[in-house]
Amino acid sequence: MNPLELARAEPGPAFTVTLDGREIDALPGQTVAAALWTAGVTSWRTTRGEGRPRGIFCGIGVCFDCLVTVNDRPNQRACLVPLRPGDAIRTQEGTGHHG
Amino acid sequence: MSKRLTCDVVVVGAGMVGAACALYAARAGLDVIVVDRGPMAGGTTAAGEGNLLVSDKEPGPELGLALLSGRLWADLAEEVGDAIEYELKGGVVVAAAPDGLEALEKFATGQRAAGVEAVPVDADRLRELEPQVAPGLAGGVLYPQDAQVMPTLAAARLVRASGARLATGAAVTEVLRGAGGAVRGVRTGRGEIHAPHVVNAAGTWGGELAALAGVHLPVLPRRGFVLVTEPLPRLVRHKVYAADYVADVASDSAALQTSPVVEGTAAGPVLIGATRERVGFDRSLSLPALRALAAGATRLFPFLEHVRAMRTYLGFRPYLPDHLPAIGPDPRVPGLFHACGHEGAGIGLSTGTGQLIAQVLAGEAPELDLAPFRPDRFPVSPLASSSSSSSKSSSGSSSDSEEAS
Amino acid sequence: MGEPGLAVIGAGPAGLAATLAAAARGVHVTLIDSAAEAGGQFYRQPAPGLGARRPQALHHQWRTWERLRDGLRTHVRAGRVRHLTDHHVWFVERRGAAGLTVHALIGPEQEEPAEVRADAVLLATGGYEKVLPFPGWTLPGVVTAGGAQAMLKGGLVLPGRTAVVAGTGPLLLTVATGLAAAGATVAALVDSADPTSFLRRSRALAGRPDKVAEGAGYAGLLLRHRVRTLLRHTVVQAHGAERLEAVTIAALDRDGRVRPGTRRRLGCDALAVGHGMLPHTDLADALGCRVDGTDVYVDDEQRTDVPGVWAAGETTGIGGSALSLAEGHIAGRSVAARLAGRVPDRGEWAAAAHAREKLRAFFAAVDSVYAPPAHWAEQVTDETVVCRCEEVSAGAVREAVRELGAGDLRTVKLLTRAGMGWCQGRVCEPGVAGVAGCAQTAGRRPFARPVPLGVLARAGEDRESAGETGETGESEEP
Repeated sequence: MNPLELARAEPGPAFTVTLDGREIDALPGQTVAAALWTAGVTSWRTTRGEGRPRGIFCGIGVCFDCLVTVNDRPNQRACLVPLRPGDAIRTQEGTGHHG
Repeated sequence: MSKRLTCDVVVVGAGMVGAACALYAARAGLDVIVVDRGPMAGGTTAAGEGNLLVSDKEPGPELGLALLSGRLWADLAEEVGDAIEYELKGGVVVAAAPDGLEALEKFATGQRAAGVEAVPVDADRLRELEPQVAPGLAGGVLYPQDAQVMPTLAAARLVRASGARLATGAAVTEVLRGAGGAVRGVRTGRGEIHAPHVVNAAGTWGGELAALAGVHLPVLPRRGFVLVTEPLPRLVRHKVYAADYVADVASDSAALQTSPVVEGTAAGPVLIGATRERVGFDRSLSLPALRALAAGATRLFPFLEHVRAMRTYLGFRPYLPDHLPAIGPDPRVPGLFHACGHEGAGIGLSTGTGQLIAQVLAGEAPELDLAPFRPDRFPVSPLASSSSSSSKSSSGSSSDSEEAS
Repeated sequence: MGEPGLAVIGAGPAGLAATLAAAARGVHVTLIDSAAEAGGQFYRQPAPGLGARRPQALHHQWRTWERLRDGLRTHVRAGRVRHLTDHHVWFVERRGAAGLTVHALIGPEQEEPAEVRADAVLLATGGYEKVLPFPGWTLPGVVTAGGAQAMLKGGLVLPGRTAVVAGTGPLLLTVATGLAAAGATVAALVDSADPTSFLRRSRALAGRPDKVAEGAGYAGLLLRHRVRTLLRHTVVQAHGAERLEAVTIAALDRDGRVRPGTRRRLGCDALAVGHGMLPHTDLADALGCRVDGTDVYVDDEQRTDVPGVWAAGETTGIGGSALSLAEGHIAGRSVAARLAGRVPDRGEWAAAAHAREKLRAFFAAVDSVYAPPAHWAEQVTDETVVCRCEEVSAGAVREAVRELGAGDLRTVKLLTRAGMGWCQGRVCEPGVAGVAGCAQTAGRRPFARPVPLGVLARAGEDRESAGETGETGESEEP
């Protein structure tokens, strides 16, 4: 059993996005976080103090732990942003901005 | 706190000014107790940016105090600089047009004569100093002496360094008077503290404490909002603000006044402050005030357009009618000292204020002339006495206890 | 009433119930929500692109949802309700006689502004999960229980293959059975409370036979999925270098302290953890509404103490979807009467008021059972990060208390930066308060969402007179 089977999901065709240039698959409607989890990626940011890895924590947009750069816009919440074909996801360090 | 304590000096107010008074009085050998009705540094100190400025001050008594304070801050930075996040970041005052730049340079010339370092900056140099600043500005003046501390940390660390005893959550309800009217301590909600000297460092609420001692001191609140952005790399390197600023610090206008004052911090966020409104102790959020701050900041630094504001906070700056603080002994009540009414400059001016108070307490001659700061310089007119009621306590305000003394 | 009418913020059970009740009585309603679909957290729907044919497999009380969903569709089609999706509200502005303006940011990137004017606003902003810190809780793979559920319901994904569900509260049951049904191996459900004693003694429960049945249903599901349930146990540490690899759990004694010699390690790649829920109160607080502790105050009509502002659902106190529905229903009826200048007839909502009373009593009892262990903060080592955003350690918090005299949450924040980061203390407040040994108070968050300065610079400007914002003057401190 998996969640797609449980909900009898019949998603539209998968499309490709990139994570740091590497191609990964995403399903229509999936958020950045959902696609990354499906691809086995659990962290995509390092903190600005200790450089520690972070990913999803609250999953509903409250905690801002899952910040990520999408199409050159830093500090997007991976749990909220839906993917579109060709989106470029970049792991993020520190503030996400360039000094 | 036990039922009855004794010491040499009771400092009322655990904000930055009270902390500095405690530190220098303790260093003069006096036994000090600091009392506050709220928490440590919970009033105006906690609601400011912590700037230590000379750039905005015209030659005169306040500038003299700022220069003295700056030297003392530099000394403290040697001792505890990291712990209070002291940063000698420098200020840059910019002018949009040549005539504004001319006025700014003239102002700086006067400051230089009074001992301020002020370096003229042309348009090209300005872009070197602040690469992100809006294009097309005429130039500005760099003030290397402008610095910053984290004010709550500074107050807490200095009280601790002083060795003074601290009683928070202890509201002063009475100034105790003895023979001849001299003070002999205070009564608080948690007991009496006996001392021959009481220092009023109650900030915006200093008028109330003065009233408890039976004297008139017309301290009034001026509301200010500060905006805080998301953490950024050091894209704004100095405290940067527009030239029209200096003209308006002494303004008597009751209307909202803002100008873009933008600065990066070591912690990451950019601070944008601050509005100035005379609205009593109204704590409600004013969207027009915040809009004006954001508009000013994005004009000065266009990249901020897409940067997000994470929060805003407000505070009440204590001001007196002539925009100078009250510092020194009160000739009307022996043993009573005032150290309040610093308006938006209290963090910066706190060290000099504390030093001057300590010098008088120790029986020495203060190193600056205290005459301009005399606490009894405001005559009690029927109008003035009724206006003191506008500094009424935090009634109906403050669910987060931003109140001192 | 013509436009602008009522703005409802939040399309969960409370907001939907209020929308339907008000719209049915002729009020023009604008329903504003941050998600792409109505439902809130409880009825969070899979993204339409995923083509879920059987979303009810992820849900409880599906019939209620169908009723709400169909009712909303009918009102939207009839033009009585405008449903604004992907609208993230950052501020509600009081404009005196001119009513209220809701300021939102549109879209997932939240960069474009939208403003909605209203005569009345209903805050149905719901709640979010409380998580107390423990060593290792910042490792990737550690997620909130509600977060695991949200990712499952909305994205049809799992946090890992082998999950431990831990903490305390009734949500853990739902999450453990949900993850197991969706194919995860749930290695253990670890609850620091022992709800079985509650079942025996609760008078409040006696009034809710449906809740007893619900609990029995979960027990059956746990059994079916072979989920081991460990009551009076707690997770003391999460292990892993770059991501979660295992957790250490331990038994608790009667006082809520870890029993020596009971520690054991469970391998897992996901830990879904939660210690109850907290209301979202930011918008209410910024409006000046009274907030008691962590809950927005409302009267028996669900009115806050600010004229024109109602609140319903978990923002007024955590109590589940059925209570949210009752409160929303009452609020919608009250708004309809008040906007028409009438005093509402309370007899109209007697059944809902009765349910509200019973459910509030029930959840007060639940709260007393599912309290985190009394001494949880002892397990938080000085090195443990308690503020995730600003990476403030428990040791720094303790130093602020011990060395600098901080005795309240706000002073701790000012002295340590705990709560000053991106989440503005929403996540760390309970943990910091516990480690500091002071009361948890709702922090001030004037902006309910971060707002771009370019948007703030123009917020509401079309209707403002130019004279209001003279451009001058500045200072060092406010």
